[in-house]
Amino acid sequence: MLSRFAGGVHPPEQKNTEHSAIEVMPPPKIAYIPFAQHTGKPARPIVKKGDEVKIGTKIGEPDGFISASVHASISGKVIDITDHPHPVTGSSLCCIIESNNSEEWIADLRGERDVSDLPGPELLAAVKEAGIVGLGGAAFPTHVKLSPPKDRKIDTLVVNGCECEPVLTADHRLMVEDAGSIVEGARIFQKILDAPNLIFGIEDNKKDAIELFGKQGVQVFKLRTKYPQGAEKQLIKAILRREVPRGGLPMDVECVVHNIGTCQAAFMAVKFGKPLIDRVLTVAGDGVKQNKNVLVRIGTPVRDVIEFCGGYTAEPKKIIFGGPMMGIAQYSDDVPVIKGASGILVWKDVMVLEPGPCVRCASCVDACPMGLVPTEIYSFVSSKNFDMAKDYGVLDCIECGCCAYVCPAAIPLVHYFKYGKAEVWQRSNQ
Amino acid sequence: MKELLVVSASPHIRAKKKTAIAMRAVIIALFPALVYATYLFGLRVLFITLISILSAVVFEAMMQKMLGRKITIGDGSAVLTGLLLAFNLPPGVPWWLPAVGSGFAIVFAKQLFGGLGHNFINPALAGRAFLMASWPSLMTKEWVSPVSGTLSGIDGISAATPLSLLKNPANYGDPQLIIRQLNDPETVRNLFFGKTGGCIGETSALLLLIGGLFLLFTRIADYRIVAGYLGSFALLAIVLPTDGNVLFHLLSGGLMLGAFFMATDWVTSPVTKKGRWIFGIGCGIITIIIRIWGGYPEGVSYSILLMNVFTPVIDRMTKARIFGQLPKKGAKK
Repeated sequence: MLSRFAGGVHPPEQKNTEHSAIEVMPPPKIAYIPFAQHTGKPARPIVKKGDEVKIGTKIGEPDGFISASVHASISGKVIDITDHPHPVTGSSLCCIIESNNSEEWIADLRGERDVSDLPGPELLAAVKEAGIVGLGGAAFPTHVKLSPPKDRKIDTLVVNGCECEPVLTADHRLMVEDAGSIVEGARIFQKILDAPNLIFGIEDNKKDAIELFGKQGVQVFKLRTKYPQGAEKQLIKAILRREVPRGGLPMDVECVVHNIGTCQAAFMAVKFGKPLIDRVLTVAGDGVKQNKNVLVRIGTPVRDVIEFCGGYTAEPKKIIFGGPMMGIAQYSDDVPVIKGASGILVWKDVMVLEPGPCVRCASCVDACPMGLVPTEIYSFVSSKNFDMAKDYGVLDCIECGCCAYVCPAAIPLVHYFKYGKAEVWQRSNQ
Repeated sequence: MKELLVVSASPHIRAKKKTAIAMRAVIIALFPALVYATYLFGLRVLFITLISILSAVVFEAMMQKMLGRKITIGDGSAVLTGLLLAFNLPPGVPWWLPAVGSGFAIVFAKQLFGGLGHNFINPALAGRAFLMASWPSLMTKEWVSPVSGTLSGIDGISAATPLSLLKNPANYGDPQLIIRQLNDPETVRNLFFGKTGGCIGETSALLLLIGGLFLLFTRIADYRIVAGYLGSFALLAIVLPTDGNVLFHLLSGGLMLGAFFMATDWVTSPVTKKGRWIFGIGCGIITIIIRIWGGYPEGVSYSILLMNVFTPVIDRMTKARIFGQLPKKGAKK
């Protein structure tokens, strides 16, 4: 198949863990569960210090429409509710639970149930109750994405199995090991959305997954491996030839995109009543002894995960949550695993590049999948000319990092665009 | 953990292409032509080239020191400017001329505008234009006869380069005969392999082509500029009334050097894809107009300089459609 979005880059894939089966990590002694693990308002705590919780006990209620529930991932006692280092926001309110080593689940965890007759709204309620958020990385509350306004028709549900970030293989492994649940989950979403079409988009570097899903009797769209193929807008463009309008959402082109991990989690929630208390992530990099895919409880400190993977090979220099293109560099290994963490990369060496002047080579222009002129936006942002930056589309930037990746002058373009966006938003709010 | 972790904005990996590496690649791509020119015109070529490069580097360091900037002579851009300027000089010029030219290129065309990345015209070409305006006789008469062949590429005529011969054939003998000889396949062959005279770096179209293709394949030079330039130029050379045939026009003068190595200068050419086509085509049109109707026999450097000036306008007018932008809305802007 042809790749049908413009721009993009081909960083070395380095998917060395694609054949390492998902290993289940034992629950941590102490879990640090942030109330803010999703886009939108943090959950409202509904437990207090000293409370006993079991696995799956709801500890945070959604606060407002765009918010999500949070659940205990281990059984034990709430020893504190306080600020703790957070991988995305720096610091956030956290529920700290000390394990009682009992692995006791909540009582109302229903056994397997037949979900085929359940109506859409009931399925949606189950997804919301389980605190499901987008597991591809953005962690947008799933029930919100599944509730388009009444007057909007959704004709296609696209399931994102691209995993276009280099290094990461967690989605790939999940697709190979649990294709059945993913397809079931996708069908649940399809029913909720009342969408006639269901298409799985998978990059052609995951041949086994493509074959497996083909056998499941669902429509699979093979995509050429190119970063950022898994970006929502680029994925829709490549599969459906539709362009999400500027500042718009996929539903503006009658489409909704969900990650394969999200589908799997939703299936577990609906079928077994299991809330989102763990996730698969890829641990990789030269700074950690064993590179592998691990099923980790939400709230497990990174330090524990590294220990489970054999520990550090040397003093780590950089720890990244997510992939190398869009991941977030961490200040310390105290931060806990959250719902949106698709990988933990540990590097014992870092290249610190000194940015040079822009030489207008236009590599960034060729690489930008959004059709922007990054070099111009960069010069507007750096001279604090935010009106022009907005005019040139800084708000359209998806922060995929292609421009900065190819920049021969090593200019941290994405850094400037994040700053520019924040300034533009602030100005328009005033 | 004892040490603090490094925190930086994404992405955390970078492609290998670096500014300094690209500059070096261009210098390497020019090397065959330099070696050949030394064989053709003698060691003097190396002497002139070295002076040009050294003075460019010295002026760059001096200006950066004076302006309180970081000294970045290691990035190769000053070396490249010096080299390109030398390539644009007749081999017989006095030793101080390249020094003055490099000085002008670096000081006025580059550093005073803010240094690398901020100059709006190609420094080497600006240096050449300055020398051309100040010492026209040195710049148009100090030719050296090549070891093999003649300055003009035609037997018996060694007082003019092929393009000056085409411009004023009557000054050198029977015009009709000369023009017939210029269009002879033999002359075209001489131009292709470099058995004629001319500026230091423009003689062998073949060697420039090899270096140029290397730059195209490594994507350091943009094919749109080269194709737009050579394509529009060739087309007009066929269509417009001129005494030279299209092959003669393509292979003579500084066209290959200009199209592959100077029009494609990152800093002074447009960044948009459409803009790079327009830029190349504009260069082609202006070059042929100067060659046919202009006062100079050659128009490559002025065409590029002129299009350099248009680059910001071209960029502004050829902004690509942003993903998801409705076509109408874009047009209104």
